[in-house]
Amino acid sequence: YAWDANEEYLFKAMVAFAMRRYSSKSTTQISNVLLCNVTDRVSFWFVVTDSTKNVTTVPGSEVEAAIRMNRNRINSAFLLNDKTLQFLEISSTLSPPVEPSTPVWLIVFGVVLCLTVAGIVFLIVSGIQRHKKKNKESSETENLEEKCEVTITIENGIPCETLDSKAGHINGVYAADDERFTSL
Amino acid sequence: VDVSPESLKEDGRPKWDNKFQYILSCIGFAVGLGNVWRFPYLCQIHGGGAFLIPYFIALIFEGIPLLHLELALGQRLRKGSIGAWNTISPYLGGVGVGSWMVSVLVSLYYNTVLTWVMWYFINSFQEPLPWSVCPLNENRTGLNEECYESTAVNYFWYRKTLNITPDVTENGTLQWWLVLCLAACWGIVYLCTIRGIETTGKAIYVTAIFPYLVLTIFLIHGLTLPGATEGLAYLFTPNLNVLKNPRVWLDAATQIFFSLSLAFGGLIAFSSYNPPKNDCEKDAVTVAIVNCMTSLYASIPVFSVLGFKATTGYWDCLDRNIISIINKFDLPEQSIMRQNYTTWIRLLNSSYPEKIAGLKLKSCDLQEFLDQSVSGTGLAFIVFTQAVILMPGSQAWAILFFIMLFSLGLSSMFGNIEGVFTPLLELQIISKSTPKELISGIICLISFLIALCFTLGSGSYWIDIFDSYAGSLPLLVLAFFEVIGIAYVYNIKRFSKDVKWMTGRQPNLYWQITWRFISPLLLLIVFVAFVALQIQKPPSYAAWNPKYEDFPMKEEKVYPPWVLAICVLLAVLPCIFVPLVALFHLIKRMLGSKDPSSVPPEVFSCHGANS
Repeated sequence: YAWDANEEYLFKAMVAFAMRRYSSKSTTQISNVLLCNVTDRVSFWFVVTDSTKNVTTVPGSEVEAAIRMNRNRINSAFLLNDKTLQFLEISSTLSPPVEPSTPVWLIVFGVVLCLTVAGIVFLIVSGIQRHKKKNKESSETENLEEKCEVTITIENGIPCETLDSKAGHINGVYAADDERFTSL
Repeated sequence: VDVSPESLKEDGRPKWDNKFQYILSCIGFAVGLGNVWRFPYLCQIHGGGAFLIPYFIALIFEGIPLLHLELALGQRLRKGSIGAWNTISPYLGGVGVGSWMVSVLVSLYYNTVLTWVMWYFINSFQEPLPWSVCPLNENRTGLNEECYESTAVNYFWYRKTLNITPDVTENGTLQWWLVLCLAACWGIVYLCTIRGIETTGKAIYVTAIFPYLVLTIFLIHGLTLPGATEGLAYLFTPNLNVLKNPRVWLDAATQIFFSLSLAFGGLIAFSSYNPPKNDCEKDAVTVAIVNCMTSLYASIPVFSVLGFKATTGYWDCLDRNIISIINKFDLPEQSIMRQNYTTWIRLLNSSYPEKIAGLKLKSCDLQEFLDQSVSGTGLAFIVFTQAVILMPGSQAWAILFFIMLFSLGLSSMFGNIEGVFTPLLELQIISKSTPKELISGIICLISFLIALCFTLGSGSYWIDIFDSYAGSLPLLVLAFFEVIGIAYVYNIKRFSKDVKWMTGRQPNLYWQITWRFISPLLLLIVFVAFVALQIQKPPSYAAWNPKYEDFPMKEEKVYPPWVLAICVLLAVLPCIFVPLVALFHLIKRMLGSKDPSSVPPEVFSCHGANS
């Protein structure tokens, strides 16, 4: 929107409103707010006069405090924010960030942890069940396994047979290697 | 892969469900966090596109031969690293033990990096992102001082995540939030590795493929961001002059080596579950090429986003200067735009130089913003998180990014854990009746308890130490002994025969030359250069000290002697096993040389093939 005399009028009204709210005396009028040095960039100086005290200006600190208290209302009147409507030498008080009662990350962490623990429990239980089933079957197939082991050494092993011609001793440590089936 | 299933079952060794699972596991192991946050950085500081030349040369002469060697070894002997090297020759058993030791050390700290990733992930569900705003100080008059002087992103990383101490000697306390995340991470690792490759094989489908999906999404989004082209041009503009600098060649060789995760024993473990007649030569070439292509593919979105961040920083700098100029000279709004900023500055400087000097404008240079290159955790947790804040829909991007990092790291963890797990299963110390679930549970629990050290205030300094000393030098030494052991102790002709039996064709001249001469020589040169570079200056670290006078710059500190002793211990411990085990067997043989049942080494290969 363009800055014109109506906007200036609104600005004077807002400053007067701020002064009224701050000092809670309803004597400040729009005519007490004076603007000067208006530039095209839309920057200007303003003073607030006090009509009860012989047209003296209200001290700057009071005006500052009043504006600070009502900054939000002034901003929204112009559809601007602290960055786009700057009062020189009035820093905005910062609002604290919103903190939910439980931090969000704890909730997400709880979800992840529950899924992990559920998965682990499921796998362990299914592992135990499988182990029990295997134990029942393995006692039946014990005889068959020995026959299979003999066939392996014959079927497998090109290198062993080619090296058979070399005179060598079988190292006791390796021959006694009876690791067969890793139990699951 | 045409071996009948019955003979395999008789063997009792677990096996992959299909070949794709095996290839995916190897790729997942090789493709890790380094592909995303180390390769693009190296590419950038070493002349962009020109870096690819030493990178591919190192790949061809060092990476692929070593990879083929390890995969063939594991597949032939069908044992983990300790058993395999014991079978090759008892004198070389130390190589296997050293590999196992390195896997243990790396697993400990690698999962802590994943803990940090998980912490950022679970914090990405907040609106606004917690690293985008500074918290207020106690009396709410302004922002927290540490945060104000550095940036919100830095504050969140150093204070809210690590709660870092100003010195490595100050331990601080256990950070409870990191302990929780560490427990969750080890829980996830346990869940995926609970039954060895039976469970990792299923998990790898997700953890290995998902990162590629996310990288593609980031690629498409990154290329649409403003400033992406500047970032990419900066990354890939070749500067062929850098090839004269030997440092570039060294970095390329070490990057290839560590990127392919060689000498960890994990690859030997993975290939030991293969059927014996499998084309390991094709597998090796496939894995190596996919790893390199992934590095290149990942650097594109990374640098698009970095270019976007630099451009946004540059525009912010310009805008701030423009506002101060407009305020000072009371010019109308929109009179100075980014495009005519330089002309305006020149005009104003010539007419009102004192006023301009009084404004204390910061010089805005896009090159300077692009030059702020980081690698490692700085890239992921500081630079990238800052870039993500600037994107619309930042929660989604942050969540995607951190899940991707988590999958990348997790698939590498599988390889590490398998490198620890498989040799333990084969050692005689664990009885056959203990269920695998228990063994993996005990490994994960012990690792979790030891890794609690890394959740202390000084934990991140210790992780840097582990990364630089345990995860670098011993691997070079072990890989050197691997190649020498196969080529000269086991004899390359016998090895070629074994490979021919497995793949159906004799390894050609390329393999013969690289295995015999080029790779050992290259490894020796890299090792010597690496050590020479390390001892040139006393090892120092950069500490985050809020009381430092140049804060937010990091304070350069030197390691105290007891920390240096630990560094040396970490580097030497895995390597020391090689001579120790050889000496042990030599002494045993000399003492027992009167015993007629002692055997010459050749017979070991016969039994190796038999198992």
